Amino acid sequence: MRPLAAVAATLPAGSYDSDKMNTERTAPRSQPPRSSRTGGRLADLLFAGAARTAAVLTLLILAAIIVSLVIGAWPAIDKYGLSFLWRSEWDPVRDEYGGLVMIYGTLATSFIALVIAVPVSFGIAVFLTELSPGWLRRPLGTAVELLAAVPSIVYGMWGLLVFGPILATYVQQPLQSAFAGVPVLGALVSGAPVGLGILSAGIILAIMVIPFIASVMRDVFEVTPPLLKESSYALGSTTWEVVWKVVLPYTKTGVIGGIMLGLGRALGETMAVTFVIGNMNQLNSISLFEAANSITSALANEFAEAGEGLHQASLIYLGLVLFFITFVVLSLSKLLLARLARHEGVRT
Amino acid sequence: MSSATTPMSAPLASIAASIDPRKLAQHRRRKATNALALTLALAAMSFGLFWLIWILVETVRLGIGGLTFTIFSEMTPPPQAETGGLANAIFGSMLMVLLATGVATPIGILAGIYLAEYGVKGWLGASTRFINDILLSAPSIVIGLFVYTLIVARFKSFSGYAGVVALALIVIPVVVRTTENMLRLIPNALREAAYALGTPKWKLILSITLKAARAGVVTGVLLALARIAGETAPLLFTALNNQFWNNDLSQPMASLPVTIFKFAMSPYENWKELAWAGVFLITMGVLALNILARVLFRNKN
Repeated sequence: MRPLAAVAATLPAGSYDSDKMNTERTAPRSQPPRSSRTGGRLADLLFAGAARTAAVLTLLILAAIIVSLVIGAWPAIDKYGLSFLWRSEWDPVRDEYGGLVMIYGTLATSFIALVIAVPVSFGIAVFLTELSPGWLRRPLGTAVELLAAVPSIVYGMWGLLVFGPILATYVQQPLQSAFAGVPVLGALVSGAPVGLGILSAGIILAIMVIPFIASVMRDVFEVTPPLLKESSYALGSTTWEVVWKVVLPYTKTGVIGGIMLGLGRALGETMAVTFVIGNMNQLNSISLFEAANSITSALANEFAEAGEGLHQASLIYLGLVLFFITFVVLSLSKLLLARLARHEGVRT
Repeated sequence: MSSATTPMSAPLASIAASIDPRKLAQHRRRKATNALALTLALAAMSFGLFWLIWILVETVRLGIGGLTFTIFSEMTPPPQAETGGLANAIFGSMLMVLLATGVATPIGILAGIYLAEYGVKGWLGASTRFINDILLSAPSIVIGLFVYTLIVARFKSFSGYAGVVALALIVIPVVVRTTENMLRLIPNALREAAYALGTPKWKLILSITLKAARAGVVTGVLLALARIAGETAPLLFTALNNQFWNNDLSQPMASLPVTIFKFAMSPYENWKELAWAGVFLITMGVLALNILARVLFRNKN
């Protein structure tokens, strides 16, 4: 059976070849010899101490992030408490702040991104594991991983200057003329045709998270025991039936873990969103083409100029909310992937 | 097959007729579903590749025009200036990225060694592994916020140092993860053989396991380098930006991604052109690093 390589896909900039990854625990059975020379003993202690310190440091980083964000956000937490989450006004002039607009923007764009990215990633993973001829598998997999390596600022600039105008001309305007006068649908596509807003941000995010979700799905699909698949084929299943009724049920925890990983990415993405979301604090219309704001874009645009005091504290509070959401999502993803890894090797 | 009752010599049509028509319809439907699903999978694959190609083509088309020698020799210009380059931004980016990698790599490798060689079981190993994976995907702008409250707010000044710290915090989890994975690939027989010869553990790690895992670790460092070369969010309120040449790390420092961000969002044509040139440089640099890392890793394995 192949080792589970899903963990490799959590690498930010493209992962390694899945079959090269081996997460098997490798602890030697024997103990290191007790050196007779005192020098060796001391070096051993020093080295172990240094390694341990580095590991503890990694742990401390997380604790320090949480503590410093709470301290930085304290004036806002003190003033608004949890009501910050559903207050929608954001007015630096009157010094009144609430995070609803940004939180909505972040959740809405990530949701659109997942709606597009999940089926596409599933298709890519199916193609790479079941359909692609052997010689194409590696170059195509690498190409998808390179998509993950492109810096987000490139997506952002491309989205603002190339993709946005095209979206406005060829998608929004036809939709607007088609739905003119239709109550809900008309409102959904209203707004100035500049190609900025929640939908463009969602689409760009989808393109950005596809490689992450697709490579996790590919890796977990590959751990399905060939025996199961072959049995199903022998009973006369079509390729699709094998994927849908054998591979997917076997790997569902891993697949959901991969989707969560993509969601974590989408929630925290900054530059691409900042470029195309339009950066306007409003919640007046449900239009997908209206300029909006997300937590990350608000931070990117306002933080460097925000005066110390409540404005800055409120922005840090937003950052804390974002960190909390991504922390929960990423932990879930990690736990689900770990569960699949534990089941691996168990006879089913 | 239920055609056993039909004589072999009969034409195909009669075979089909002998099968339950409902079964036949079901079979046809299953085949159609299969064909449809596989076509959609193919479409999904081309959809993914389509964006990659489109983005690369646009980047090259719009970026290569602005690529002249002055990009590397002149400072970032004021709006609507005749000439100008990105020299200070490129220098700032390189300085901060290299320093951050230099600071973070030893820490990351040591923590990775701990996870793979010392804390394979234990609570410290397990929790570090978990937290490290969270940090690996944590929003980079939150790292920027953290460094702001930690350093910038305390010293009352944006600085290159703060930028270096923010980038280093992004490198550490990547290096930890790859180092641990690569050390895990080293067979135990190698460790046991070294112990049998009386090698102390620190020497075993430094001159046997780490040496054997060298290619993988270098790959991880290169990937981390590629990642922070394009990072903008953590620099926005740590290193800020600087219009002039600056090699003093205690001052605000320009970087290529932040300059691109500022220039691309502006209404000035000359700034936009420079931004495209910058995007071209970054994309090519990052892709080259990624491909180099892959080639290196493949050759060694």
